[in-house]
Amino acid sequence: MLDPVIDSDGAPFWGHARQGELRVQACGDCGEPRFPPRPCCPHCQSFASEWREVAGHGRIWSYVVPHPPLLPDYADQAPYNVIVVELTDAPRIRLVGNLVAEAGARLDSVPAGRIRIGAKVQVVFSGEGLPQWVLERS
Amino acid sequence: MAGIKDTTAIVGIGQTPFARHLADDERTLACRAVLAALDDAGIAPGEVDALSSYTMEETDEVELAKAVGFGDLTFFSKVGYGGGGSCATVAHLAAAIAAGQATVGVAWRSRKRGSGPRPWKNTTVQLPTPAQWTRPFGLLRPADEIAMLTRRYMHEYGATRDHLFNVALACRNRANQNPAAVMYERPLTREMYMTSRWISEPLCLFDNCLETDGALACVVVSAERARDCRRRPVYVHSAAQGLPAQHHGMVNYWNDDPLTGPAWTAARHLWKHADFTPQDVDVAQIYDAFTALIPLSLEGYGFCGRGEGGAFTEQGALEIGGRLPLNTSGGGLSEAYVHGFNLITEGVRQLRGTSTAQVPDAATCLVTAGEGVPTSALLLRS
Repeated sequence: MLDPVIDSDGAPFWGHARQGELRVQACGDCGEPRFPPRPCCPHCQSFASEWREVAGHGRIWSYVVPHPPLLPDYADQAPYNVIVVELTDAPRIRLVGNLVAEAGARLDSVPAGRIRIGAKVQVVFSGEGLPQWVLERS
Repeated sequence: MAGIKDTTAIVGIGQTPFARHLADDERTLACRAVLAALDDAGIAPGEVDALSSYTMEETDEVELAKAVGFGDLTFFSKVGYGGGGSCATVAHLAAAIAAGQATVGVAWRSRKRGSGPRPWKNTTVQLPTPAQWTRPFGLLRPADEIAMLTRRYMHEYGATRDHLFNVALACRNRANQNPAAVMYERPLTREMYMTSRWISEPLCLFDNCLETDGALACVVVSAERARDCRRRPVYVHSAAQGLPAQHHGMVNYWNDDPLTGPAWTAARHLWKHADFTPQDVDVAQIYDAFTALIPLSLEGYGFCGRGEGGAFTEQGALEIGGRLPLNTSGGGLSEAYVHGFNLITEGVRQLRGTSTAQVPDAATCLVTAGEGVPTSALLLRS
């Protein structure tokens, strides 16, 4: 599996994720959240930023089901799902992830037929500190 | 400011054969296409003083210039973002010639995408948006990234797989008229489309472009010089690049409106500098790495309203005789996938009246580059 190739802007996100916290970058001056993280605020041009904790609830904005040809580790789990989650706390922050049956489960652990745009999901973290998503019990 | 309107023209086009595998290497293919384009124009290689290509092009200016015998070069540029750069190569030459920086420009693309490696397998290459946010989760290929936008587009606007099939079919039907097309003798049916294997749901095999070896080139000169060339000039009426505010490339998931993209930005500039409107376009060559880029581009370039791109494809609208005949050589889906350069050369053939699927009396043509990445577009006229 591919590990995130982390750059200096993204490092805090992954650091928090390893501690089981979902945090997004926000401007230290005007407070506007932004994703992906970057050196300065496109609204007020401030270089000050903070990492704001979000509740980890969201809705599926879209999803795909990749089939081979794929890289070997992914082909072994295909067809699997990749989802984009729109965060309840910050609707313009949409995180790419996987819908799984439980934390650390395989990428194909939820049948593709159960996935719907708009479904409520909640963040969990894999053993490697990768954010994953499970369906919220309604 | 006078701008570049009609001040330059494409006067030569050239190409190699297209196939899944060609024996020649990319540099040799580039030389063949460039020399064919110059011969088509009736211009000697020694007269070329400007070049433009893609940053992904691997035959560089030095190699090409010394191989084919160019003169002294005074302008050379490369445009980024893969297939988003296709039309910009011509636009850069047009701007350079209009500004007096050069007199004879050659744009080209040579690629062995058929027999060479699939770029997404090289995971060390970084994208405009860092891959840390997408690749670990298995969003690996351009097809996956665009499929994500496609699913959302279908959900929001009620577009269907039949709409995507309409795009694939129009391109295939035109390829079936074009002996140079890879899919010349391979008709497509709705049943074949609906039962084909998935690549990344909701995109199936026939929603994806070909993987092709081949090269193409074109020659740009001033309108004044064009009158003395061998072929009927095809004028660069308007040209634009487009990188919208807060755009993220093919993973455009993080702004207010992810289903608008670079086409909208390029279109605003393109039409602002044009003497005609989308309703006056006789034929369109729209970048088709994936079928879903067509409804998005139809909206972006103003042929229909937001969300109407799927419905626009109904009732044979994209076929010859329809509202907007599309990709009349077969496009990337069915002629050849060479980063969209075959769309430029087909635009030229339509306005010369020499296409294998000629739109009667075509006088205006829109050509676009890849939507979903920083893009570019041309309005050509005869």
